[in-house]
Amino acid sequence: MLVGVLVHLALLLAFAPLMTGVINRTKAVFAGRRGAPLLQPYWDLGRLWRKGFVFSRTTTWVFLIGPVVGLVVPVLASLLLPFGALAAPVTFEGDLILFVYLLGLGRFFTVLAALDTGSSFEGMGAAREVTFSCLAEPTVFFAFVVLARLADRLSLNAMLGPHLATSWDTTGASLGLITVCLFVVLLAENSRIPFDDPNTHLELTMIHEVMVLDHSGPALGMILYGAALKLMVLGAIVVRLALPLETGWGWLDALVFLGGLLALAVLIGVIESTMARLRLTRIPQILIGTTLVTIFAVVLVLR
Amino acid sequence: MHGLSNLLLIMVILLNFFTLGSSRLGSCIRAVAIQGALLALLPVAAHGWSWHTLLLAGGAFAMKGVLIPWVLLRTIREVRIRREIEPLIGYIPTMMLGALITSGAFIFADYLPLLPEHHGDLFIPTSLTTLFVGFLLLMTRRKAITQVLGYLVLENGIFIFGILLAEAMPMMVEAGVLLDLLVGVFVMGIVMNQINREFSTLNTERLSALKG
Repeated sequence: MLVGVLVHLALLLAFAPLMTGVINRTKAVFAGRRGAPLLQPYWDLGRLWRKGFVFSRTTTWVFLIGPVVGLVVPVLASLLLPFGALAAPVTFEGDLILFVYLLGLGRFFTVLAALDTGSSFEGMGAAREVTFSCLAEPTVFFAFVVLARLADRLSLNAMLGPHLATSWDTTGASLGLITVCLFVVLLAENSRIPFDDPNTHLELTMIHEVMVLDHSGPALGMILYGAALKLMVLGAIVVRLALPLETGWGWLDALVFLGGLLALAVLIGVIESTMARLRLTRIPQILIGTTLVTIFAVVLVLR
Repeated sequence: MHGLSNLLLIMVILLNFFTLGSSRLGSCIRAVAIQGALLALLPVAAHGWSWHTLLLAGGAFAMKGVLIPWVLLRTIREVRIRREIEPLIGYIPTMMLGALITSGAFIFADYLPLLPEHHGDLFIPTSLTTLFVGFLLLMTRRKAITQVLGYLVLENGIFIFGILLAEAMPMMVEAGVLLDLLVGVFVMGIVMNQINREFSTLNTERLSALKG
């Protein structure tokens, strides 16, 4: 089990910033630029880590705990997930609830840290983040209901287990629907483009970026690293659903999984380059739409 | 063949949701056109190749997938409207009603006394869902053009039902239905132009007010 934990953490911690790099490179290629090196996010994190903290006098200890929790939570959540065919190191019945609310805990502290600054812009961002994530949550749960029904188990490790390959033949329709819906939730939760623009500099329209405006130095580094880890953790579910391959060799499975993640990053980059941001009023509509589609997937599985 | 028709039917249901949730008339028309084109593949997918199914598919594709959407797109270009401004019931509530209807149709279809080979497939629930989604569009939208779209979706639902009987259904019946539909859409297009010229809006509410 200890080896499993170490392999999991090594994969997660070493690989996650590369996904951000791949996304940025894809966007650069679409825009006709050469783009930053693929390893640029690592150098950025290193540079931020060497800087000092700057704290506003109005903030308290809550301001610092936001980034820390935001970094720790995806690491803990990743231990409950199988990475491709590599089994999850920690698993028990019902851990899917823990998984969802671990991510909820991270969001709670990010929001608290944003509110702690007392800035009205950050308050707006916090309100939006909470609204959209509470609309995204039912989609995740209904998708998990479909998976739990297919596996007849309530642990993530079993739900994303080897039976998925055969389930695609029998219940491919609902699996396809929940894969697409989970991908939409991934875009919303990681504040990617149709929902939020990670590059924008207009506080009025931002969601996630506006909440972290006041963080600097290592705290900002923790936030960026945490965001990359969260992208990889949520991406792991989508990749596992879309690519339920199992070769039997551990290292080959890991390679397939990492390849899937890179493909996912390229896909996100393509979407970011070809789509415009949605109006804020349209976002709840899309998220409720995905909820309804996952409910439909549940109906398909139950009949 | 069975897998293909199930895939088509699921896409039809997703397009139902899209039509209920979208406020742009252009994308609504395109969604209904794609739905019609997918349905045109269905006779071939369900009953295999034969002259009868090929003719049915070709006719349905030409009418539902090409001709009618073309007429409708031309109409919205002429009357210059792009969006449904405010439906009678909002988009999110109609989508939720759509989801309720879909689940209801699936449950209801299990209780129908069907032939044993139709038990458990998606034809009946999809057809019921599409029918009711058509009704919902007709009832909740104000613009004449979305009401026409509702009528088309309704007909799509009937078409799915008819495919189950494609072996027994004489060609003439289907041809007659498609012709009716086309004439209906043409007439609606002309009527919409007239409404637009008279009131300079396409809201059908105005029609219910008496001239004093």
